[in-house]
Amino acid sequence: MQVWNLGRLVAPAVAMFILAFGLLILPSGAQEASGSNPTAQAVNEQQLLDELNKIQGRVSIPDGKAATLQQPQGRDYRGFHEGALPWIGGIAILGMLLLLALFYFFRGRIRTLAGESGIRILRFNAIERLAHWTTAAAFIVLAITGLNFIFGKRLLMPLIGPEAFSTWSVWAKYAHDFVAWAFMLGVLVILVAWVWDNLPDRYDANWLKTGGGMFDKSNRTHPPAARFNTGQKLIFWAVVLGGIALSATGILMLFPFSFADVNGMQMAQYVHATVGVLMIAVIIAHIYIGTLGMEGAYDAMGSGTVDLNWAKEHHSVWVAKEQAKAEPKVPPRARPEPAE
Amino acid sequence: MARMKFLCDADRCIECNACVTACKNEHDVPWGINRRRVVTINDGKPGERSVSMACMHCTDAPCAAVCPVDCFYTTADAVVLHSKDLCIGCGYCFYACPFGAPQYPRVGNFGSRGKMDKCTFCAAGPEPDSTEAEYAKYGANRLAEGKLPLCAEMCSTKSLLAGDGEIIAAIYKERVTQRGYGSGAWGWQTAYRETVAI
Repeated sequence: MQVWNLGRLVAPAVAMFILAFGLLILPSGAQEASGSNPTAQAVNEQQLLDELNKIQGRVSIPDGKAATLQQPQGRDYRGFHEGALPWIGGIAILGMLLLLALFYFFRGRIRTLAGESGIRILRFNAIERLAHWTTAAAFIVLAITGLNFIFGKRLLMPLIGPEAFSTWSVWAKYAHDFVAWAFMLGVLVILVAWVWDNLPDRYDANWLKTGGGMFDKSNRTHPPAARFNTGQKLIFWAVVLGGIALSATGILMLFPFSFADVNGMQMAQYVHATVGVLMIAVIIAHIYIGTLGMEGAYDAMGSGTVDLNWAKEHHSVWVAKEQAKAEPKVPPRARPEPAE
Repeated sequence: MARMKFLCDADRCIECNACVTACKNEHDVPWGINRRRVVTINDGKPGERSVSMACMHCTDAPCAAVCPVDCFYTTADAVVLHSKDLCIGCGYCFYACPFGAPQYPRVGNFGSRGKMDKCTFCAAGPEPDSTEAEYAKYGANRLAEGKLPLCAEMCSTKSLLAGDGEIIAAIYKERVTQRGYGSGAWGWQTAYRETVAI
């Protein structure tokens, strides 16, 4: 057995030589490369913020969100959430209530000019009413619980105290998160059921020009309208488009960070909250004109049938079409000849 | 009363993550929550810097402003704390926080994130000081024992400083003057609307 084989010592010797040489050479080489100032190339906070708007790096933990070191956009979010949003919401909702009050004092309840005929015709079938009331009930829950996120701590918390308010807000949050699905389903059904009747038609221009007869105190202006007049069409598109915007941004928030980063989540909230409060204002007007504001209007969604005279005044084209459909198709010749 | 602040001297941070580990251990922080983390910027490139970041206990904190149930409060030491009894886990504070400090115990679809958790500057929460109930919800209350946050105490290079803002700013200033360079007090401008003037 030969332990001291010269050949086996060659490799370690070379390695030692390289290491010793490297230790002598490398530091001087490294110093030449980066100069004497160790921070010459160092990242600078202000520069990163100026150039990239936020500072991101790498973390060794699984939570990818943690890699964002700074996102000053949080300040903008706060500015929107605590500054702009309560004002937008307050002005939209209180402004709408004020306008409706003024309108009520100006116009009063819109009566059916010809009075009730006693004949009723079907306006909305059971499926349409179900879709409407599903969406409506869901929207009211969502509106109240949504407004709680903005105004709850300002209006309700001082009255009931922080503990009770927190408990209520937890339930409000869950209600908002889960009732949202009923609303989304309702909006989809509404879209499918009524989209054809809500496309623009030839009566819209005249309806808009006369303001739908709403501002005629004599109640004699009743511009012709098909199944939905222009005002109703505007409500429909506000609900459908607003509902889709609310649904899309709401889903982003129901699955936080699944589809968006922190700035995306902020944007989703900007859209969701703004569209939400505006839609609440629109729906308040819709509720007013559908109940208190117009005699006979509630029946359409209540029982599903409306009085013939009401229908003739507000939806003359639709009534004519419905009556043409309902009349028995009798060949003209079969009719008894009038005596001459 | 002191105005408590954190300061991370990025020119000293070696990304050892001891602050992260110390914090998790001291407060028995649940799996998945990191009250403190180390972010490396320009990793592997010249000029790479690591910054240890947690809640900066901002002046006029944005998290407290956006909270829909007002569960935040600021102590006499200017430490920003919150009540887990009131928190509803809505997640707004995370959207508002410039530093990504708020953490949630669950991934949280359908608003099921659970109660928010964040750095307490080792000052725990609203419960009576150093009680079991306080520890279970918020972790240790070192400030009540006259000690400073453990992350900074443990820092092997004394990169992370925690304590009275004026004192740690003076220490950092002295360092920068002595060694001739410094990449600045990270996050100070955003959190405190002032930086360490050198």
